[in-house]
Amino acid sequence: MQQQANSTRRQFLGLAGGAAMLGAIPVVTVRPAEATPAMLASAIQSVTGGAAVRTGKVKLDIPPLVENGNTVPMTVSVNHPMAPEDHVRSIHVFNEKNPQANIANFHLGPHNGRAQVSTRIRLADSQKIVAIARLSDGSFWSASVDVVVTLAACTEDVI
Amino acid sequence: MRFASVIAIALLVAGSVFAAEIPQAERRSGYDFMKPDTKAMQDEDTANPGMLWVLDGEGLWKRKAGAASKACSDCHGDARTSMKGVAARYPAFDKATGRPIDLEQRINSCRTNQQQATPLPFESRELLALTAFVARQSKGAAIEAGSDPQLMPFLAKGRDLYMQRQGQLNLGCTNCHDDNWDKRLAGSAITQGHPTGYPLYRLEWQSLGSLQRRLRACITGIRAQAYDYGAPELVELELYVMSRARGMPMEAPAVRP
Amino acid sequence: MASALINVPAKARRGDIIEIKTLMSHVMETGYRHMASGELVPRDIITNFTCRFKGSEIFRADLFPAIAANPFITFFTTATESGKFEFEWIGDQGFSETASASITVE
Repeated sequence: MQQQANSTRRQFLGLAGGAAMLGAIPVVTVRPAEATPAMLASAIQSVTGGAAVRTGKVKLDIPPLVENGNTVPMTVSVNHPMAPEDHVRSIHVFNEKNPQANIANFHLGPHNGRAQVSTRIRLADSQKIVAIARLSDGSFWSASVDVVVTLAACTEDVI
Repeated sequence: MRFASVIAIALLVAGSVFAAEIPQAERRSGYDFMKPDTKAMQDEDTANPGMLWVLDGEGLWKRKAGAASKACSDCHGDARTSMKGVAARYPAFDKATGRPIDLEQRINSCRTNQQQATPLPFESRELLALTAFVARQSKGAAIEAGSDPQLMPFLAKGRDLYMQRQGQLNLGCTNCHDDNWDKRLAGSAITQGHPTGYPLYRLEWQSLGSLQRRLRACITGIRAQAYDYGAPELVELELYVMSRARGMPMEAPAVRP
Repeated sequence: MASALINVPAKARRGDIIEIKTLMSHVMETGYRHMASGELVPRDIITNFTCRFKGSEIFRADLFPAIAANPFITFFTTATESGKFEFEWIGDQGFSETASASITVE
């Protein structure tokens, strides 16, 4: 008796899955839309205006495996002088899989002495973080880090 | 097959008989299990988000409230002196009710009886702020909760609640926090479960929260029905886990993942 | 209600590069969360943080929902002369908070 019920359920699920593939049954997703690599690229584009971005100078300090995705300590620094004629003008941080590609922009000047900023960010999933620095000479430099984010072990939400 | 299951049952029984408090010398705070970045959040007052609530609490301590128009400071003066070491002794025995009460309930009982003000809702910003401010005055003090002989029967109840298996996952607190601490559960460290830092800023909540909130979260986590805020079971559990941490220094407001 | 925690060294020597740390109380509601009923919880974040020294801007940050609640922001500046740092946080729903801290530079 039980075996029959199981196979019927399996058949139904098989059909449902198949139909969904054909677009017959609408699939409802609960998670918010993720940023795509295209969104990340276009967010970077709106800062660089399509100019070449070189790897280097920038250092992104984030734990490779975060303690908790809701609050991730992050330090971004640029190894470059902060002189009146040659300094870091701004640092822009982006992510790959949060609903939105931007994390923050930091605007600096020669008086800062050191191009280093720390903050705490939210990461929805394991993903790549990208930091881009704009120098006073108009050039762009970048660094990226892959971060692993796990959910808290026990859910607190009453389902 | 049957032989194996008999051994399995024997081991389970043996496990529960031998599960006792962690020896004093081996007690480790949840702080020890954290990554350096998270520890750094707790170490510095200006980096610790829990301190925002302590600052709020300092303001509320001096604010007149209720029909009696009294502030905490009117009776208790400077909290740095009057509240020193107090949180380390809570939950404490309350003569009026003949039961243990925790710090939040004590603050509300003062509000009702001395200030003639309405009690603050559990987990409200004001109650958390006042509790954090008071608990902060015990920073570094060794936990003494549960040493009062009048608390014995409640301590025993709390211990039973801690040991009992419950919920869909059929787990008791002891199964993780006595038997499996220092192992990992889905990437998170299993700590010994000592409430040395409450109320604390939990990264998961992105807010300060009480020990009762954490206990309710754990109980929901093992898919059991959590007791309501202020329930006698929660206070008995609080009493037990605080006494289980006796001798450890208070860290409130701590930061935890 | 106290809103901000600021860490500025009380004293510094001229030319020292000092670190300024700021912590502001704010829920930073992302605007991507849904209530059990299905309704979207509206976005409520700090969008802008500025630091001025003696009236001139020395640091500015544009913040997005990916910044964690109770934003913690640290940056560096060169100690040039004694004076007051002024901090300003602006955000959704007309959020506006300020704080200040003084430094003695010898």
